[in-house]
Formats: sequence, structure tokens, C-alpha cells
Amino acid sequence: MSTHVHTEAKSRHPLLRFASRWLMTTNHKEIGTLYLWLSFLLFFIAGALAMGIRAELAQPGIQLVEPDFYNQLVTMHGLVMVFGAVMPAFVGLANWMIPMMIGAPDMALPRLNNFSFWILPFAFTLLLSSLFMEGGAPNFGWTFYAPLSTTYGPPSTDFFIVGVHMMGISSILGAINIIVTIFNLRAPGMTLMKMPLFVWTWLITAFLLIMVMPVLAGAVTMMLTDRHFGTSFFDASGGGDPVMFQHIFWFFGHPEVYIMILPGFGIASQIIPTFARKKLFGYHSMVYATVSIAMLSFVVWGHHMFTTGMPLATELFFMYATMLIAVPTGVKVFNWVATMWRGSMTFETPMLFAIGFVMMFTIGGFSGLMLALVPADFQYHDTFFVVAHFHYVLYPGAIFGTMAAVYYWLPKWTGHMYDERLGKIHFWAATIGVNLTFFPMHFSGLAGMPRRIVDYSLQFADFNLLSSIGAMLLGLTQILFLYIVIKTIRGGKKATTQVWEGAEGLEWTVPSPAPRHTFETPPVIDHDQAH
Amino acid sequence: MSKTDNRLRRHTGLLLVLAVGMFGFAYALVPLYETFCELTGLNGKTAGQTVYSAPQSPAEDRQVRIQFLAHVSRGMPWEFRPTEGQLLVQPGILYTTEFYVRNRAGQAITGQAVPSVTPGQAALYLNKVECFCFTQQLLQAGEEMLMAVTFFVDPGLPEEINTLSLSYTVFRVEPLQAPEVVKSL
Amino acid sequence: MFVGLLFVYSSNVFPVEFDLREGVTDVSRQIQSLHQMSLAVCVIVGIGVFGAMFYSMFAHRRSRHPVPATFHESTKVELIWTLIPTLILIVMAVPATTTLIEIEDNSDSDLTVLITGSQWKWHYQYVEANIGYYSNMSTPQEQIDNLAPKDINYLLETDKPLVLPTNKKVRFLTTSNDVIHSWWVPDFAVKQDAIPGFINEAWTRLEVTGVFRGQCSELCGKNHAFMPIVVEVIAEEEFDAWIADQRLAMSLASETAVADRNQEWAKSELLQIGEEVFVSQCATCHQTNGMGQPGKYPELVGSPITTGPIEDHLNRVMNGKAKTEMQAWAPQLTDLEIAAVITYERNTWGNDSGDLIQPMAVYLSR
Repeated sequence: MSTHVHTEAKSRHPLLRFASRWLMTTNHKEIGTLYLWLSFLLFFIAGALAMGIRAELAQPGIQLVEPDFYNQLVTMHGLVMVFGAVMPAFVGLANWMIPMMIGAPDMALPRLNNFSFWILPFAFTLLLSSLFMEGGAPNFGWTFYAPLSTTYGPPSTDFFIVGVHMMGISSILGAINIIVTIFNLRAPGMTLMKMPLFVWTWLITAFLLIMVMPVLAGAVTMMLTDRHFGTSFFDASGGGDPVMFQHIFWFFGHPEVYIMILPGFGIASQIIPTFARKKLFGYHSMVYATVSIAMLSFVVWGHHMFTTGMPLATELFFMYATMLIAVPTGVKVFNWVATMWRGSMTFETPMLFAIGFVMMFTIGGFSGLMLALVPADFQYHDTFFVVAHFHYVLYPGAIFGTMAAVYYWLPKWTGHMYDERLGKIHFWAATIGVNLTFFPMHFSGLAGMPRRIVDYSLQFADFNLLSSIGAMLLGLTQILFLYIVIKTIRGGKKATTQVWEGAEGLEWTVPSPAPRHTFETPPVIDHDQAH
Repeated sequence: MSKTDNRLRRHTGLLLVLAVGMFGFAYALVPLYETFCELTGLNGKTAGQTVYSAPQSPAEDRQVRIQFLAHVSRGMPWEFRPTEGQLLVQPGILYTTEFYVRNRAGQAITGQAVPSVTPGQAALYLNKVECFCFTQQLLQAGEEMLMAVTFFVDPGLPEEINTLSLSYTVFRVEPLQAPEVVKSL
Repeated sequence: MFVGLLFVYSSNVFPVEFDLREGVTDVSRQIQSLHQMSLAVCVIVGIGVFGAMFYSMFAHRRSRHPVPATFHESTKVELIWTLIPTLILIVMAVPATTTLIEIEDNSDSDLTVLITGSQWKWHYQYVEANIGYYSNMSTPQEQIDNLAPKDINYLLETDKPLVLPTNKKVRFLTTSNDVIHSWWVPDFAVKQDAIPGFINEAWTRLEVTGVFRGQCSELCGKNHAFMPIVVEVIAEEEFDAWIADQRLAMSLASETAVADRNQEWAKSELLQIGEEVFVSQCATCHQTNGMGQPGKYPELVGSPITTGPIEDHLNRVMNGKAKTEMQAWAPQLTDLEIAAVITYERNTWGNDSGDLIQPMAVYLSR
């Protein structure tokens, strides 16, 4: 299919050829590249919004942005990071790597793949354009609680709803494609329990996506009809209930959190064995732990809502279920440590990012456990302690995870080694940045600073200044990352087929750079090759 | 058509059905949530009309305090307040209290009162035999009236609950949406 | 801006606090110890895990440990590190559960306060005494705009605090008039969402007198950061006297109100009072120049309301507008203030209806 498009394009003008190559491509590697570049762009946009937030919060008083615009920054930062930076980055990695890791020639549904990518630029143009509309962008937080987002939402809320629908369709179609590929296109001998963990975690993530993105779509559709068509799902005056919005939203929202972390688990499980030169410890328990985390994620949503006036029994249920998640998560961390144990480690940039991921994610896990205790949650809820918690989970989990993956596979994609010295500088600067930005937020939260406020009282000033300095540093380091990636694409030391001495798996049997088409005839899986 | 193609189609179809099903599930959550609330009193919504039957065993000398609260929603030019702030009631006995309401506007306005009980669990034991909240109220310009609610507290009310609050918020009913409001209550 | 920069460092007057506060109630102390216990567990587990990682990174790096081991599975080990965390979690769940049961026991209260949130202020109603009032942030705009030095209680001060007695079980009922707010006083460890159309409850029992401060902790729109909570706790013996004082103040205020509304006011007087009311209450959204914000807050210059029939104008100010941030001012402002602000709006920024409304007319529409 893809060859067809390719040959046809050859006869036209070079610009046309370029456009039609990227617009109409059905090649999994090219679509993967498109996803990765789009997510990179949106990562910078969402990051710039975060810089705006931190600049305003650097000192007490209002210096730069109006309160309402501040709320727009907070909302768009969250939405674009979640739906624009993290999710497309993971889908991009899945597109590039899953067919190569399971010995498939391409994704199972290549044209659908093209379609699900090209929805996204339109969805985000729509969403971001609301920043320039009269009345401003959505200003109700990425959680868009009713009635702030329904009855009191700005006119651009309708653009937001359409945007969310488009992203949802894109994610669902992408997820379907991934599941169908994994179920049908594995090379002979690649049984499910031989699949690399990155493929496993993505398979589970894809099921989560198919099960919760439609629920999000349902929630925004109810918002739309509440706003314009006289229903009152979330409006008490018509017999509805705003708290029900939160139940529906978090039924989506909690699995969504795992959607943003599970592929990161998979990436760490690929990288740590490679650089420890030792097989992953407890492959089977890693798979089972991931499955249990995914299943538990459907029964813990209430822990986001402890202050909404739940009955005691419900609070206890959600508290116990949430605490239970610590068990499989702990198993994963212990297994990574056991993989490192008595290995023979070297610390190239992907390994550094993977270790950084494990350590900082564990800190985020600890604060998550503390938040699960309902009485303590009454003090932590909706403070900067929560902001610190989820940034410690998501920055290392999703962003460090993606960066580790990019450094790990970039030689395979481009055929060049990246600049190791710059990569290490990037890692250390980013690690200092993350900790300087988010660690003080624990303290400002414990001291009583609510989240999503544009201005704060004086006792929070010192911690906020630290956070802001850290954020600026963190923002700058990502420009270095962009430079490193471009430099690698343009040249550098030739990468070997194997790339990493300790690497195992099918993707390391194809040449570097990986040719446009790989595994057109299925590879033979020998006994030890998988995971 | 090869065997793999068939399998691809089947899997794609099944997953699409799952996605559409989950979209439907989001809507199914609405009645599920309401049922759950009715069973546990989660959000303090009260049930509809009940029929009073004198308790089998006369209630012990237990007394429960019930507080009455009234709210007027935004854009509603009505005065609305309870005539008595609180009442000591004996479970199982029928009581009536009244709320005062007056339309301050120069035109007729229809209103609908929506009740909420706290603690939520108590909503299951507060039975209303007659209530102005069951119907919409039409008040002419400047008209005032007393609206009654007749209720009893179920003797099964858990021991640890000895104060409960019954709050009404009165909303303006737009003529257009009137039928839905009645239906969903 | 420069003044603001200088004043950042006034923050040094606060001792730097790294931990969750102990608070002043039994429940807040229990929560703090729960917090410290769970933090300790995390630190100990963290030292173990990170210690093992660092040791491994040091001892098992290639230069020291060139030949990797080959083990990669052990059901026994997996079982151990599934069971031990489970046991630790059970141990943590016990105190959490007992504390929670105590927090959720709302019975036997002595005093009920109905807390109603609205954008962006709190209203407190003493249910038994039937006294209520609004509590607005009192930090001046100049301090927020860095034009004046910031007070020590910057953003955490109100015109009228909630007053509570010691040694009484106080039951809080929370609800809202518009969006969801959340009433939080960290020292009491009380945080309860205020949800429109529904009522939630929480309680506290205070042991010491003093002033305690908190903030709204659920995003509620533009001025979410400017919705502080101040609670003044007074000795229980003084509380009845305070309630009596409030009654007296209310009747005095109503006497003033009666006098005010029986008086005929000159337009210049109304304009002056009206400007004060407008700047303090209305300008947040409609802006001092009456231009509003396009797409969000309507312009008052030449608008149908400010230039149309005065009855509609009065109705809008008194009752607010459904499903918008325009609230009902009838319960918040006096007859005189409403009359003044309407007169002001109809005769400023080029609106020149020449209309004038007397407080009596406002009173009659109540």
C-alpha cells in the first residue's frame, strides 16, 4: 500500500512530492516520526505556557498576567501536555517500534494510522486558537469541573469540546490499530509471553484507551447538551448533579493517568536490562503487575474526590483500593532494582534517564501513597502538594521515559549516534531542573498553598521563587534536547546494527538507520531472542 | 481474502464495538449513579412522595433535630425562607412545617424547589408525604404564600444521626424547559 | 514592580516551615501524626530502595563488575516483595481508618454554621441564632498590583471574620450559589467542597482562642486566589455576648437603613456613594471604566440595561442573572448602596440618562 503512494508521487513537483509523502504516508516509521515531531512541538507550547505560570508565581502580587488569563494558562498547559505532548509521543514510539519489535512489516491498518495522526494537528489548532478568541481560552482547569465549565464556561468551551472529541477519536483509532497489530502481525514464534515489555505495556495501555476515551467523549457530549440543548446532567436546578460530572470525569481520568505512565514502564524495562547487560528480572511478574495496575485503575477514581462529601464506606473503599496499587507498582520498582543488581552497568544517556525515571517516579509514588490516606488527603487535597505529586509521577514517568526512549532508539532511527557528552549534560540539567521545580512544591503545599491560584500570601514566597528558578532552567534544558536531536539527525558517528552492546530484541537486527521497510518476510525467532 | 485479513477485520470490528459500548457506558453511568445515590444517599437527594403509615411500635423517646434551610438561586426575584429554623421531631410521627415565599417581581414567575438533605445517609430516612417540591409553583406579581411540607423520620434512622438538615433551593423555571424538569425530578 | 520586588523579601519574617502544620484541633493533630507516620514509612522504604540502587550502581558498574550475573527470576523473592508491602499497607490503613471514622462523625453538634460560597466571597449563617453576613477579602488592590507594600496577612484577611466559640462542637454545612468552592482552614483540618444545589457537612471542636486563616481550595473562576477565610475563635463565655452584639449591630444597621431610605438623596451624593460601591464590588468584572471584558463581562457603557428601563436595571442588580457570574446584590448591599450604584451606572462613562433612583424605590422592590 505505502509503496503505491510512493511511486505515484515521484512524477510530481518536489514540494508536492514532499507534501504528499508526509500527508499521505501509511508507513509506520514515517507516521511515528510525524507523531514524535508533533508532540515535540506541543511539548514546547505547553512548556511555554508553564513558563508563563511560573513567571507569574515567582513573587507574590500580580506582575505579568491577569487572573483570568492565568487560569487559561493553567488549563491549556494541562490539556496540551496530557493530550498533545505525552500521548502523541507514546503513540509515535509505538508506531516506530512495535512493528519492529514483534517482527511485523507495518501496522495492521496503515491508512487508519495516517488518518488518526492527521486529526491531531487540526484538533490542537482548534484548541489553541481559543487563546486568541474573544472571551479567552477555556479557564476551568484541565479537569473542567461542572458547573464552572458548563454554565459558567467561556464561549470557547465549545471549541474545546470539539477538540477533545477529535483527540479522542484519534486516540481510539490509534489504540485499535496497535491492538490489532499486536494480535495479528507477530512473527511466527513470537508468543505473547515472549513479547518485549514495551509491547506488553502498550497493549494494556491501548485497551485502557479504548475503554476510557469514549467515557471522556460521553462527558464532553453531556457538557455540550447541558450548555446548548437544555439537558441538565450536571445542573442541580434541573435535577442533575455537578458531583456526577466528577465521577464520570475521574472514571476516565484515573486510567488516563496510567495511560501516561505504563508505556514509560515498558521503556524502562527495555533500557535497564540493556545497560545492565542482564536479562530483565521477573518478566512474568512485570506483565502481571502491569495488568493489575491497569485493572485497579478502574476502581480508584474516587480518591480524587474525597472532599466532595462522600459517605464513609465509599471513602474507605477508595482508600483501600488506592493503597493496593502500591503493591504491583512496588513489584515493578523492585524488579528494576533486581535487574540492575549484579549486572555490569554502564551509564549512557538512555540509562541515566531510565534510572532518573525510576527514582523520581518512586518519590511520586510515595506521595501518592500519602495522598491515599483519606484524613491526610483532607489537608493535601487541591494544594501544591498534589501538584508536586503528579509532576513527580508524570515528568519522570512520561517525559523522562520518552526522552530515554528517544536517546535509546535515535541511533536506530537516524543511523547516527547522538552526542553523548551533550546527552549527559541534558540529563543532569533536566534532573536538577525537575527537582528544583517540583520538590519545593511539596513544602508550599504542606504549608497550605492551594493550587491554581494566581497570587499567594507571603509565607509561600521562598518556595515559589525556587520553583520558578527551577522551571526556567528546566525549560532551557529542553532547547538543548531539541539541538541534540537535530544534530543527530544531520550527522554524527555511524551507528552499528546492534547499537548497544547489551541490546536484545528484533529491532536491533535490522540495519541502522532502519530502512523504510523492515521484516517484509517475517524473521525467525530463536529461543532466547525475545524479551 | 486471506485468513489474516478476516481476523484483522473481526478484531477491528470488535474493538470498535467496545469503544462505542464504552461511550454508551458513560451515559449508563447517569442512571447507575442515581441508583447508587438512592441506595446510599450519596448526594443527599431525597426520594419522591411516600405514604405515611403509623409505626408498628411507637417510637422510643428518641428526638431528632431537623434544621430547615432555604436558598434562592441567582436571577430568581423571590424571597424564600423557612418559618421555623428547626424542629425537634420524634421518629415515626408525622410533622408539617411551612416555608414562606414571596414573588418580588412585577410579573408572574414559576419556581421549582429542589431539596437536599445532609447527612446524605439521612435522606433515606426522611420521608415526605406532601411537599411543595413535588410540583412547580406559580406566583403572580407580588404574591406571597406559605408552602407546606409534611414528613416523618423513619424510626430506622441510624442511632448516630441526631441532627439533619433539609435544604431547599428554589430555581426559576423557564417555560421552555419546564417539562424536562418535572420529568427528571 | 520594584516595590514588589523589594517586598518579596519581607517574607523572611516567616519561619520556613517544611512540614504539615499541627493545627489546633484534636483531628488536625491526628492527621499530622498520620502524615508523619506515612512519611516515615516512605522515607524508610525509600532509603532501602534507593540505597540498593546506589550500591548497585557503584558496585555493579562495568569497571568493577565486568561479568554480569545471569539470574532473572525467583518466585520466592517476588512473593516476599509482594507480601511485605501489603503488610506495611495494612499497618498504615489502621490509624487512617480510625481517624476517618472520627472525622465523619457529625453527630451531637452544639452549633451549626451554614457556609455559602459565591464568586468570590463567603457567606456565614449561624443557623440557630439566625444571623448571617458576607465575608470579603480586605486586601487592597494596590497591594496585589505591587503599588503598595504588602501586609503580613496579604490575601489572607477579610472585612469580617467567622467567629466561633471554644469547646463547642461546631457543625459546618457548606453549599454554593454558583460554582464549586471548597472551604478550608488548615489549622482545623477542615476542607469541604461547597457544591451548588447540595449540602455537605463537616465539624470541628476548638480548644484555643485565636485567629486562623485559610483559602478557597477549589478553582472557582477568576478570583479564586482572592477568597480567603478568616476564623476568629473566642472563649465560649464570650460567644453569647458576641451574638447579642451582632443582633444589636443588625438592628442599628437597620435603623440607619430606615433613616437612609426615608431621606431624599441628591444626585451628587448618590454618584459619590455609587462610585465607591462600583469600584469595590462591580469593577472586578465590569472594570472601573465600565467597559467590561469582551465575550465575558458585558460593557455597561450604552448597554441595554444601563440605558434601558430603570426597572430592568434594578431587577438585574437586585436579583442577578441566572447562569452567569452576575450575582444577586439584594442580600449583599443596602437600599442606599443599590440606589447609588444604579444612579452611578446610569450617569457615568457617557451614559447620560439623568435618571436617579432613591433608596425608597429599592426598598419597595425588596
